[in-house]
Amino acid sequence: MPSDSGSEADMDEGATIQGLVDALRRRESSAVELVDRYLQRIDRLNSSLNCFCETYPERAHATALQIDQQLAAGDQIGPLAGVPIAVKDNIVTDFGHTRCGSRFLENYKSPYASTAVERLEQAGAIIIGKTNCDEFGMGSSTEHCAFGAAHNPWDITRVPGGSSGGSAAAVTADLCCAALGSDTGGSIRQPAAFCGIVGAKPSYGRVSRYGLVAFGSSLDQIGPLARTVQDAALLLGVLAGADRHDSTCADRPVPDYVAQLETPTKSLRIGVPKQFLSDDNDPGVNAAVRDAIAVYRSHGAEIIEIDLPLSEYGIATYYVIAPAEASSNLARYDGIRYGRRAELGPDDDLLDLYARSRAEGFGPEVQRRIMLGTYVLSAGYYEAYYKRALQVRRLIKQELDAAFAQCDALLGPTTPTVAFSLGEKADPLSMYLCDVYTTIANIAGICAISIPAGFVSIDGKRLPVGIQIQCQAFDEATMFRIARMFEAATDHHTHRPDIDDPVRSTDIAR
Amino acid sequence: MAELLNLDEVRHVAKLARLQLSLEQLQQYRRELSSVMAHIAKLNELDVQGVEPMAQPHDLTNRLDEDEVVAPMPVEQVLGAAPAVEGQFLAVPKVLGGDDER
Repeated sequence: MPSDSGSEADMDEGATIQGLVDALRRRESSAVELVDRYLQRIDRLNSSLNCFCETYPERAHATALQIDQQLAAGDQIGPLAGVPIAVKDNIVTDFGHTRCGSRFLENYKSPYASTAVERLEQAGAIIIGKTNCDEFGMGSSTEHCAFGAAHNPWDITRVPGGSSGGSAAAVTADLCCAALGSDTGGSIRQPAAFCGIVGAKPSYGRVSRYGLVAFGSSLDQIGPLARTVQDAALLLGVLAGADRHDSTCADRPVPDYVAQLETPTKSLRIGVPKQFLSDDNDPGVNAAVRDAIAVYRSHGAEIIEIDLPLSEYGIATYYVIAPAEASSNLARYDGIRYGRRAELGPDDDLLDLYARSRAEGFGPEVQRRIMLGTYVLSAGYYEAYYKRALQVRRLIKQELDAAFAQCDALLGPTTPTVAFSLGEKADPLSMYLCDVYTTIANIAGICAISIPAGFVSIDGKRLPVGIQIQCQAFDEATMFRIARMFEAATDHHTHRPDIDDPVRSTDIAR
Repeated sequence: MAELLNLDEVRHVAKLARLQLSLEQLQQYRRELSSVMAHIAKLNELDVQGVEPMAQPHDLTNRLDEDEVVAPMPVEQVLGAAPAVEGQFLAVPKVLGGDDER
């Protein structure tokens, strides 16, 4: 049995899923011990990061005990046995709350579990808690959360990105081994980039959306946030595959992503869209992409310049389609079947009940998007905006199809900048423009991953930069392999923030 | 810069969206939506003549499920999340007219 300090040190470096499962199999640690350590870390660090909105100590303990008993009996354990995993607050569990960062659902407890969470638990994972997010997934900073903003572990005066910012911050600070997020326009990849971890948005239809609280139904996907490409690949392998509860979930075989991870890709062609290396990006971001290009080239990849003129219409297209779908999806919050109901006066009717419950329950960003979506779908504007956006959507898809005829993957920055300061993007449009490189993958339904690619120093603090690799729909195996090539050749993913005393990181310049 | 939306339009949209907003909120959303719509107007630069709209990325068609009986979620469990319940029903304020109509 190793000493406590030994295990703690391993965890501080950021244990991987495989590492934890192996340690349990070798009986070097017990699942109960492991869960305790993570819960202690959450207790110690969550007050400064606000990444968890609730934890499940009793349930986590019970599950851990079960796994220890299975191990003691020599039973087979699942691929995620004993691994503490956090779940974004918009993915339902049939225990605890699922609030979606919203006052509207402040007391909501789901009567059913999402397919994603069920699959994690079947694989032995321990759901340790729920993580903060922008309300209903609408935001790029995790500031639009009714229960307070989450903070970036690299600099707590900055945002962790969003909307899966709580999940990203929790994985970065090692408050869990990996986490689930959801990505409608970049909500897994952008926080992964801002926090210096791996975040994968699977192809549309790769993972069941059953139990993911709907935002944009033709865009939403659940995906993993993890510290390594292998962990993300392992998690996706557990999550992916057909589900009778989601008819948009593809009935396609799920490859063994991990087994293929180190398989060399022969004659790899990497496309770099010239629009992605914009002068508007932070210089440090473009430098990281150029470094990545050099790494791939040195590994024998052919680098091809790609022209994606329509990528510049991604944000405009997205901010018609996503709010349109959101306004329809969020019509279900009527104050009657679940969630908040406003207090009514004697003269108030049903319409007052709807309109007041929704005005009280939804925060400003959600209201804004409902208004925007209602506007673009309303009589007289439907053709001009919504239909046109769906037509541009097809043009964007066709442009990407043509690009993938020339190359195996598209490489570029995940975000135009590194993590910004809390409160910096008060203007909604400036916040929306953060998604400039990420929305296209959702619009076209392809898969995309953000991986750590370096750091930029600002005010004496190191802030992570992420690069994005995008591949054709259902070609996650190639996406992970290409991501792993870069990871194996670099050490960016091994750097961890100085988080055990997060206040110090803001007070003392390095 | 001229606002793209006028206040009456914003008020109409709020009504359609079932949001009871204050004048201050309406004015704020008018400003913000106008700025976002000005960006969205970029889509008018493109020729979309004859392009089939794409509602979801893989052009999926209906998928039929086996017609088998499965146990439904227990009613109490579903009603447990409702803000007001009477017996096995969701309770709502009176839908039809005033007292004199009943």
